[in-house]
Amino acid sequence: MSIIENHKTVGTPLSEGSKLSARDVCVFYGEKQAIYNVSLDIRQNEVIALIGPSGCGKSTFLRCLNRMNDTIDICNVTGQILLDGDDIYHPRVDVVPLRATVGMVFQKPNPFPKSIYDNIAYGPRIHGLASSRVDLDEIVEKSLQRAGLWNEVKDRLHSPGTGLSGGQQQRLCIARTIAVDPEVILMDEPCSALDPIATAKIEELIDELRENYTIAIVTHSMQQAARVSQRTAYFHLGQLIEVNATDKVFTTPEHQLTEAYITGRFG
Amino acid sequence: MTDSTMTTRQKVEASMRRRRAAETRFRLYGMASVLFGLLCLVVLFGDIFSKGTSAFSQTVLTTTIELNGDYLGIDKDSPRDEIMSANYDGLIKRHFAKEMKPSGRSEARKLFSLISSGAGWQLQSEVLADPSLIGQSITINLLVDDDVDQWFKHERGENIHASRLSEQQLEWIQSWVDSGALHTRFNTTFFVNGDSREPELAGIRGAMTGTLLTLLVTFLLSFPIGVSAAIYLEEFAPKNRLTEIVEININNLAAVPSITFGLLGLAIFINIFGVSRSTPLVGGLVLTLMTLPTIIISGRAAIKAVPPSIREAALGLGASKMQTVFHHVLPLAMPGMLTGTIIGMAQALGETAPLLMIGMIAFVVDVPGFVNDPSTVLPVQIFLWSDSPERAFTERTSGAIMVLLGFLILMNTAAVMLRRRLERRW
Repeated sequence: MSIIENHKTVGTPLSEGSKLSARDVCVFYGEKQAIYNVSLDIRQNEVIALIGPSGCGKSTFLRCLNRMNDTIDICNVTGQILLDGDDIYHPRVDVVPLRATVGMVFQKPNPFPKSIYDNIAYGPRIHGLASSRVDLDEIVEKSLQRAGLWNEVKDRLHSPGTGLSGGQQQRLCIARTIAVDPEVILMDEPCSALDPIATAKIEELIDELRENYTIAIVTHSMQQAARVSQRTAYFHLGQLIEVNATDKVFTTPEHQLTEAYITGRFG
Repeated sequence: MTDSTMTTRQKVEASMRRRRAAETRFRLYGMASVLFGLLCLVVLFGDIFSKGTSAFSQTVLTTTIELNGDYLGIDKDSPRDEIMSANYDGLIKRHFAKEMKPSGRSEARKLFSLISSGAGWQLQSEVLADPSLIGQSITINLLVDDDVDQWFKHERGENIHASRLSEQQLEWIQSWVDSGALHTRFNTTFFVNGDSREPELAGIRGAMTGTLLTLLVTFLLSFPIGVSAAIYLEEFAPKNRLTEIVEININNLAAVPSITFGLLGLAIFINIFGVSRSTPLVGGLVLTLMTLPTIIISGRAAIKAVPPSIREAALGLGASKMQTVFHHVLPLAMPGMLTGTIIGMAQALGETAPLLMIGMIAFVVDVPGFVNDPSTVLPVQIFLWSDSPERAFTERTSGAIMVLLGFLILMNTAAVMLRRRLERRW
């Protein structure tokens, strides 16, 4: 399999007035190119799923959206990514507030080795979002409630975050991300390390979060994409093949590669 | 199936005997090596302990002596400096002359040489502590000369031909033994006094204080510098040629012979910067240079061990690089850094060669009060005493070695316990 020459993304990748806009984004790891001219719009308050076989570049693309690829020295990003119309790769942009606006939840839950309270409170503390202890308590409670974890931990806020179960830890990480009041939440395979019950809880949570946040979720599971997202983007070998409403992608995909993937002809 | 076409299974079976034999041989080599190492340790410690344990006891002579105010020229209301300068030595000599009745001056001198020259100071300190004792008789344990001390601890009951004591002296000593006046007790002098030419008055307090002060200076300098350097090299330094050169040099410094650092200290700290020689300050500066590579290398390893997921979590929340390092990476790397520091300190504790070059080999009697006072350190003290021919110094050398070893074991145990207790499970 090799990349398609002169490929144009099929379906509805672009739209007017979207929250995040990517235009002709290419990502290079040293000499090797990982993403080929991806143009995609992510609309306000939608959940968009990025699917594709292993190594197709979906996580790499996701990490471009909050400039986490900056931490990798050999990684080079070209093209344009606009957040509410502002180019996030402009040389004068400070990544620190950017990452507070575009939050990220990682594949393996990674709570800080601190108490549950301090995990949530860390973000607000460093960004100066709380002027008093009362404010901070409020933010912690609100975040935990929104993440659906409040009832389970409200009487042990000062026990270590690492003492929770896998599913609870991931919800803690989501609460931690919400605590800095982001507008976009990027999720990089958040459920792949969790059991089905915890996964179900988190998928429920994503649905609730849609009200307040824009969510882009990378997932290996097509069924999960079908369950949680409104639009789905299919990546293949670093190219964006097709973007359409989720129902359409999984029942009547436009491109033959998309069809081959969802019918399981390759993984 | 003929012999020449054995199945795979048969071939494996055939080779098993040789393989098992090789494994047994290897295990035996391993055990033999371990046993050899242990044997060497046992011999070493056995030798040191057998020579050194007697250093922790000292022989004293219990006697009741009258503090004759008229002879001393003082009474209980006399001013302090008069009490200090009274002739206690003379009082002691008069007391023993009366008791043992030597015939003639040379015999008397032989008698007085059995008592330690420090006995006068013992009496003086008793009187200074309580001047109302003047005019009364007090019972006091006087230190005896090191010849008597050694005879009492080691030679009693053996043939006396090789002894340094004359027959008359041995008669006197025997009479003290018979009356129970001569006995041993715990050697507090060893820990309370500084160095001395007289073995029975020599102690390690000066050397210990010098060691502690030197280590304090070393720690206060090398820990912050080492930790900062480790953080910078690991987190902030750009990956270019210059950084590579710095890294290579730091690794090389760890292998440089320690006496070179002494030369460096002499040339730069003493000659150019004018730091006074033979002080814990300059000793600490030299040892800092020596332990820095250890701390930096172990610090970097501790930082590398912090999982990248923690860093990503912090960065993803919008923490800056500095915040990520100081709020998350450093606290998690600290146990490893502390362990490396303790091990580096333990190495510095036993260092002698570099300190010799900067003058800490001088014979220093006073206990240093501050980092700028001349002093010596314990390893150097051991080295100096090992040079002395007196038998009493031989046992004190081993005694001091035991104290030094005790400290090293303590520090290394602390490092191991710290590491185990603070081991994190991610």
